[in-house]
Amino acid sequence: MDNDRIDQIVDKHQAEASSLIQVMLEIQSENNWLPKEALERVSERLEVPLARILHIATFYKAFSLVPKGRHGIHICVGTACHVRGATRILDTVQELTGIQPGETDLDLKFSLETVNCLGCCALGPVMEIDGKTHGKMTTAETADVINNYE
Amino acid sequence: MPRINSPAELEEFRQGILSKRDPNKPCITLCSGSACHATGSGDVADSLEKEIEKQGLSGEVDIRRTGCHGYCERGPIIVTHPEEISYFQIQPEDVPEILSETIKKKKVVERLLYTDPGTKEKIVHESEIPFYKHQERLVFGSNGSIDPKSIDDYLAIDGYSALAKALCGMTDEQVLEEVKKSNLRGRGGGGFPAGRKWEGSRNDPEPIKYVIVNADEGDPGAYMDRSLLEGNPHSILEGLTLGAYAIGSHEGYIYVRQEYPLAVENVLLAIKTAEEYGFLGKNILGSGFDFIVKVHQGAGAFVCGESTALMTALEGRVGEPRPKYTRSNIKGLWEKPTVLNNVETWANVPLIINKGADWFRQYGTEGSKGTKIFSLVGKIVNTGLVEVPMGTPLKDIIYKIGGGIPGGRKFKAVQTGGPSGGCIPEELLDLEVGFDELTKAGSMMGSGGMIVLDEDTCMVDVARYFIEFLTDESCGKCVPCREGLRQMLKILTNITEGKGREGDIELLEELSETAKEGALCALGKSAPNPFLSTLRYFRDEYEAHIKDQTCPALSCRDLISFYIDPAKCKACMICARKCPAKAIDGGKSKIHIVDQDKCTKCGTCFEVCPPRFGAVTKISGEPVPSPIPEEERIIKKRKKNE
Repeated sequence: MDNDRIDQIVDKHQAEASSLIQVMLEIQSENNWLPKEALERVSERLEVPLARILHIATFYKAFSLVPKGRHGIHICVGTACHVRGATRILDTVQELTGIQPGETDLDLKFSLETVNCLGCCALGPVMEIDGKTHGKMTTAETADVINNYE
Repeated sequence: MPRINSPAELEEFRQGILSKRDPNKPCITLCSGSACHATGSGDVADSLEKEIEKQGLSGEVDIRRTGCHGYCERGPIIVTHPEEISYFQIQPEDVPEILSETIKKKKVVERLLYTDPGTKEKIVHESEIPFYKHQERLVFGSNGSIDPKSIDDYLAIDGYSALAKALCGMTDEQVLEEVKKSNLRGRGGGGFPAGRKWEGSRNDPEPIKYVIVNADEGDPGAYMDRSLLEGNPHSILEGLTLGAYAIGSHEGYIYVRQEYPLAVENVLLAIKTAEEYGFLGKNILGSGFDFIVKVHQGAGAFVCGESTALMTALEGRVGEPRPKYTRSNIKGLWEKPTVLNNVETWANVPLIINKGADWFRQYGTEGSKGTKIFSLVGKIVNTGLVEVPMGTPLKDIIYKIGGGIPGGRKFKAVQTGGPSGGCIPEELLDLEVGFDELTKAGSMMGSGGMIVLDEDTCMVDVARYFIEFLTDESCGKCVPCREGLRQMLKILTNITEGKGREGDIELLEELSETAKEGALCALGKSAPNPFLSTLRYFRDEYEAHIKDQTCPALSCRDLISFYIDPAKCKACMICARKCPAKAIDGGKSKIHIVDQDKCTKCGTCFEVCPPRFGAVTKISGEPVPSPIPEEERIIKKRKKNE
């Protein structure tokens, strides 16, 4: 992500320090992660210390300081999914991909995250991959779905 | 776009919209909320458009993509108007038939109707289905009939009439008095009377004041706020503007989770159109009142649902709560008086102004007035959003509306109030829902999550689950929450793994007491609730885990084993093939055996074993029977004629 694009985003928010989180969210959603150079630019433009930006980047779940895989797997571990067996789905995915929640595999194929509720509790347990919802999962189906991704 | 400058112009404009609408023209509404979207309502919408053209119906039938109808279990939902025939679980391939039969020939497509599970009777109209029949959908009802992206749809159902009435016919004080009289209490968790909160801000001499919509709905398993924002955003804007008028604020914020992209999209659009029409901005409806609204997206932190943390986040900082020496309605956002209410609370305000506090007070109990939307999820037949008057017994919600527990399992408890709430056991099912009633039972109203648990759910695990959630979401500012919860989680995890020790319960109780007394904000103070309420009603389960290393619900992975009953196994190979750990030994006509050393206890075999065999069982607290001798494992097939 080049500085021009970052400047555009900052200017859209009138370069106000109170818009810091909104600026970071836009960079995250466009770039999929927050490179150090980008954060340094934001720090200069908004006149906010880099330490505070990193505090925010590590506090909120939406931000990532490392690159993400090609496919984002989100396993819902909300209460409704939990009582319907989300843990077993998560275990299966961990075993198949070899990564823990919050991690990305070495080939940058999958990133695994747990989320607290996707709001489609009727379909629980739910797994979402690249925005596509897979509902009423069983451990056997989970394996079939995961193995389909390249 | 017309700018509307007075209540009279609004009325004229509304009549204009209504006169252009032919009530007899066929209209298809399709639920397009996030939950239905997940079940494929986007594909159904595409198919509708194509098929309408193909069948030559262009211009003769309207399609309206509405917000959530609430009956998420049966989505996507289509309702055809004016007959109000409702079809459930619609797939793209059902669309041609709906158009050719129902729209063209006015015939009902039987197979897509709702079937009553008891009487097997087909039900045509949405309002007669048990799930809807027992509800009172005051706030949520419009969701199913309007397109959230169309302000005209909202105006057609009398939208912004409360705003016109208040701004041009009532003083700000009268608006406040009406809300105070209604005794509307905050729907977000605390249940603090909204009118009193408003009054505090209003009476403060500071000239700059703020109003905020708290749409940082973080409770897992609760999504009523999202559905309101997605499905009827103008009602929240109208309520917020009314609140701003009552306290004298000219700037408002909507703090919404970025995990709700559709809600963000619809709210931004609603603000833009409301500004164009003159319902927001300068000199609203010619009354001289100015008010603007900004949207701020949350970046994913549960604690930001707490009022002071939310305000800190709005200021562009890390969302940590601050001590409330002075309430936030006096010193809130940027140290100014700030009224923060939940989405559902704001959505109630236009109704109260329009129909009056007395009308509102006829619903509910002595202490809790009006209705409440609950998110009914978990082990329940009809998952969805339900709106009932306060005071409705839990039993009615779970059985009459929710349809009971699926799969013939037995009800165990209902968890209300989100992670800070508690579990209510079967013997209290007659309890009437209300703020004070739920608190008395050791739980709370919270934002309205209602998670039904059946006999397969381990209550110790439920407590562990919520404490784990809160440990993860604790911001780390104060010690009782940061360290106390971590230790509680450690002990609870040990118990579910069979490593519980004598004295653990007492230690947990002590830690709970400290967190309740010493934590800075509501997150920490209420965090021990899931443990305390499960201990209160299900102490025997804790003791079974600690003393006998058994899990009575057969749920805790480390305390159970999977065992194939040789008398029931038909050697069908299904479980052996599906086992991801290759832990099942067996062959065709050879009774299967689980190798306990290899078994990862994933439960796949238990899930896939055909119910008519039911050979795979879970055992806890007793040793797994040793495998039967090799020679007895061969099943001799009976001949067909035998």
